[in-house]
Amino acid sequence: MHERLGATMTSFAGWQMPLRYASETAEHLAVRSAAGLFDLSHMGEILVTGPDAGAALDYALVGNLGSLAPGRARYTMICAADGGVLDDLVVYRQGEQEFLVIANAANTETVYRSLGSRSEGLVAEVADATGDYALIAVQGPAAAAILGPLASVDLSVMKYYTGAFGDVAGRPSWVARTGYTGEDGFEVFCRPGDAVWIWEALAGAGTPAGLVPAGLAARDTLRLEAGMPLYGNELGPDVTPFEAGLGRVVKFDKPGDFVGREALAARASEGPRVVLAGLTMQSRRIARHGYPVLADGGPGSGSRRVGTVTSGAPSPTLGVPIAMAYVEPGVSRDHPELAVDIRGQAAPADLTNLPFYRRSQ
Amino acid sequence: MSIPADLRYTPEHEWVSVEGTSASIGITEYAAQQLGDVVYVSLPRVGAAVAAGEPCGEVESVKSVSDLYSPVDGEVIEVNAELEGDPSLVNAEPYTAWMFRVRVAQDGDGQPALPPGLLSAAEYEELTNSAG
Repeated sequence: MHERLGATMTSFAGWQMPLRYASETAEHLAVRSAAGLFDLSHMGEILVTGPDAGAALDYALVGNLGSLAPGRARYTMICAADGGVLDDLVVYRQGEQEFLVIANAANTETVYRSLGSRSEGLVAEVADATGDYALIAVQGPAAAAILGPLASVDLSVMKYYTGAFGDVAGRPSWVARTGYTGEDGFEVFCRPGDAVWIWEALAGAGTPAGLVPAGLAARDTLRLEAGMPLYGNELGPDVTPFEAGLGRVVKFDKPGDFVGREALAARASEGPRVVLAGLTMQSRRIARHGYPVLADGGPGSGSRRVGTVTSGAPSPTLGVPIAMAYVEPGVSRDHPELAVDIRGQAAPADLTNLPFYRRSQ
Repeated sequence: MSIPADLRYTPEHEWVSVEGTSASIGITEYAAQQLGDVVYVSLPRVGAAVAAGEPCGEVESVKSVSDLYSPVDGEVIEVNAELEGDPSLVNAEPYTAWMFRVRVAQDGDGQPALPPGLLSAAEYEELTNSAG
């Protein structure tokens, strides 16, 4: 279907996914001004069910999931014993004993295995249900107006980071007000066999309102503007949530032990070794993943490496290239002006606060 | 996908248009679509010597950086400064948005001396089809 829409496809974690349909910049701007339609069926869905499901997640993850009310969602992480991030997750509590865990495609197997081994001895079942779900996201200020008439759930009373069972275009779904774009929006989890039907219903209803199909390229620039981390870029086994500026997801006050607690408590008390910072570039050149961040002049002029770019792209909203980078903690105070070594040339950059973009409420 | 019949092509997805001893060079519509939105074009400087098959610049898109190869031997006589201000022209009109011009040598018959291996439109189309 995506190829029929003219999409350029890309291989991603073993899935063939739409990278872009026409122009990723136009897709990005459509999400900011109207709406975009995303196929995110590559994301992993893991069901954790049973009387001890909440306790199992409290031990396996850094967040407090047992206290989550049914119908609510939470952004959280799964860490290794040394505190390194194995994946960042969204967890929906679908019922008293039912949790739906959304993992990044490349990490689904790791998350599934870890949840299984970490719930041993508890009355909880962990099932990889990725093949049972397709995921279609409608994101943007027009999302509620587009999805609302097609959904059996009342979106006007649905709060951010909540979800509910209902029909979309007559097909059974889990509808959640969540997303990864910095805009209002919804994610529709449905049966794979219903995905094309629901996609076409949303496209039909949304096109007059400015909705366009959008690919992974636009998704990446949207989340970057919103300052949201991407696993493999800002997050990985070599960083803890504290370096990423997301220490708030670690809940030391929840009941019982959890994997990574000791290491994370130590990191929390000693402070992060690097901090995640925002950069805006002074030229059109793009600072990309892995490029060195320099202070005190360009390469060869006595400059000093103070960090590494994790993600970079042109920002369609700001009109300049932006980047996120891990830098030494002191850099944010002492060196408001930095440079990025772009293949041997120093490109001046300014430190900025994250996020780059925040929607007007 | 348009592949103008009157141009020559390289396997690296550049097009060449030769008028007299001046060769204009850009990238094909296929290349522009594969790259996505072009956001920065780094061109050789005027006066620089370029060699066929050697990188002489960069085309940067949202998702990637690609080397720009010279399809011909010669001296750069002009670069398209318009692309510095508006690199999106490469996506909008890939066959109008020439990037740089090279003065090529003449052969014994007064014809421009082009390297072997430049592709015709039909040959280039075959190449892009086989690339999927």
